[in-house]
Amino acid sequence: MLSVSGLTMRFGGLKAVDNLSFDARMGEITAVIGPNGAGKTTVFNCITGFYKPSEGGIVLTHPGGARFALERMPGHRIAARALVARTFQNIRLFAGMTVLENLLVARHNTLMASSGFGLLAVFGTRGYRTAEDLAREKARHWLERIGLLDRADDPAGELPYGAQRRLEIARAMCIDPVLLCLDEPAAGLNPRETEALNELLLGIRDGGCSLLLIEHDMGVVMRISDHVVVLDHGRKIADGSPAEVRADPAVIAAYLGEGDEDDVEGQAA
Amino acid sequence: MTEARTQSAFRDAGLSALIALGLFAPLIGLVTENGDNGLTLRARPIAVAVVVVLVFAGRLLMLTRAPGPPVPRKPATNEALRRAGQAVAPALLVFALVLPLGGSRYYVDLATLVLTYIMLGWGLNVVVGLAGLLDLGYVAFYAVGAYSYALLAENFGLGFWTCLPLAGILAAFAGILLGFPVLRLRGDYLAIVTLAFGEIIRVVLINWVSFTHGPNGITGIPRPTLFGLAFSMDGGEGTFAGFFNLEPETIQRVTFLYYVILALALLTNWFTLRLRRTPLGRAWEALREDETACRSLGIDVTVTKLTAFGIGAMFGGFAGAFFATRQAFISPESFTFIESATVLAIVVLGGLGSQLGVALAAIVMVGGLELLRSFLSFLAEQMGSELFAGIANELPLYRMLVFGLALVVVMVLRPRGMVSSRAPTILMEAR
Repeated sequence: MLSVSGLTMRFGGLKAVDNLSFDARMGEITAVIGPNGAGKTTVFNCITGFYKPSEGGIVLTHPGGARFALERMPGHRIAARALVARTFQNIRLFAGMTVLENLLVARHNTLMASSGFGLLAVFGTRGYRTAEDLAREKARHWLERIGLLDRADDPAGELPYGAQRRLEIARAMCIDPVLLCLDEPAAGLNPRETEALNELLLGIRDGGCSLLLIEHDMGVVMRISDHVVVLDHGRKIADGSPAEVRADPAVIAAYLGEGDEDDVEGQAA
Repeated sequence: MTEARTQSAFRDAGLSALIALGLFAPLIGLVTENGDNGLTLRARPIAVAVVVVLVFAGRLLMLTRAPGPPVPRKPATNEALRRAGQAVAPALLVFALVLPLGGSRYYVDLATLVLTYIMLGWGLNVVVGLAGLLDLGYVAFYAVGAYSYALLAENFGLGFWTCLPLAGILAAFAGILLGFPVLRLRGDYLAIVTLAFGEIIRVVLINWVSFTHGPNGITGIPRPTLFGLAFSMDGGEGTFAGFFNLEPETIQRVTFLYYVILALALLTNWFTLRLRRTPLGRAWEALREDETACRSLGIDVTVTKLTAFGIGAMFGGFAGAFFATRQAFISPESFTFIESATVLAIVVLGGLGSQLGVALAAIVMVGGLELLRSFLSFLAEQMGSELFAGIANELPLYRMLVFGLALVVVMVLRPRGMVSSRAPTILMEAR
């Protein structure tokens, strides 16, 4: 599905990501974890086109077989053509616009295509109105799933924090992605909201969309992910099922910060 | 109110008065006059005293008005306000339609000027209010529109109605041209480049003498016709007055021009309101809120920004063509930075993104300034007493000061502009 090979990202003299390779399989939830500053968000930004990687390749294969070399595509094309959606560590909603408008902005390309670059929409032609109704129905579907249907016409910025997190995920899903990248979706949520988030993410996976997840909440990672990649200082230190990763001494060392590298290698050997 | 608070309020007000005294004693208190042997200095203690007392009283009033908890508006009041708000736009429209029936040339001329600024404001509102791109050089597109019409008419003998769309298209091209270099810039940096663009256009107009006649400007720009009927004074065949068997009068042309700009402004308004509800309009607003998120949703930020610049500039071009035909004379002097600043002030004062707000702000800023001038002149006439000698005849000169102060007060009280509410572009339960 998603294949990252030899990915390196340099900022001046700093190597934020160093020769990283991993695969995310279709229909699975892949979690990328690691201590602060391990380079997780940098990897995300490379995959979603916000950074151009210094070296390496990122190839996405659609279920239909189409292949996209993401490292060569401009940012907005990655969402529009390769259908990779993402959310952000600090929520980026269109705060002044209503919840429904947020979701419709995600349908931008479909709506523009059905309205002759937006010009026919000015005159309200039937083709455009049908497309808009379809977009509204899709939005209604996602608002029902995240339990925000009754707030559809309120400004997004007025929602409580947890609801904004869910809305950002719903907005990303409105571009009909094949791969959804979530940057710390559980940050700042209470246990009940986290539980609802788990169910939402599992539901999205079962709906056929693969997920790539950065998360600090180990409860979430262990419960829902099918495959875990552990980063430290820009390198991959472990890769496997949640149970395997949890038992890996290198991972424990990186997280607890005990001993130096020699120690870890000694234990691992 | 407690004793201590009263005391501190008086002390504070006294301090303010002292600062005012220091400031205004040289500014207002001393006047230079041309005497027999050169300049002489004359003191105006009374004028200073009036200002200082005003400052003292104003500060005291501000401090002693108890800052109690804000009284929540009753729902009934809110409802009434909302109803009244809805009635404002239709009322303004009806007023605009019947205004020329009053037959006063002064008011029709003033209203034409106000409508030109409303149209410019609505055009700039697309760029600044919707797409959130701060444009300090909007006058450039106004100039491109005006010169497009003037030059097309001069060199090819084309009429107003042929040139109007051409002026819009050429201005839109200028907008896209400006758009390209500033695509990567945001906020302050964008503002500086647009400011420079406005100046470049003006400087080119001044210096390209062989093409634009330079600082002399272009004269004899033809007036618009009503389906081929000219508004000339001879009253012959093929003129408006001749066709309808009327006595030719200037007011006919003035009124016609008024209705032309009213129609153009309403067209701008209709188009912008519709555009806001299209995917393009929503993408503009999303761009204003968060450009990064837009990109993550697959919106082509480049194209979206260029369309905003292009469409905003197009309306500026229409307004420019109208300006040229109304004045019958244009020169680069009409397109200075102060015009950009006025239009931007109208948009910000009215409330970014609000069509009604922009209209109200243009009425206040352009019409209000005129009314303030006549009011101050009236006030000066009433102050016949010897006490005010030396102030009265200068009072109308203070209109800019009063006006600037009023703008500051409005922005302090309503930081998001006069009309700050935003109507959703689509509702879940449609129709």
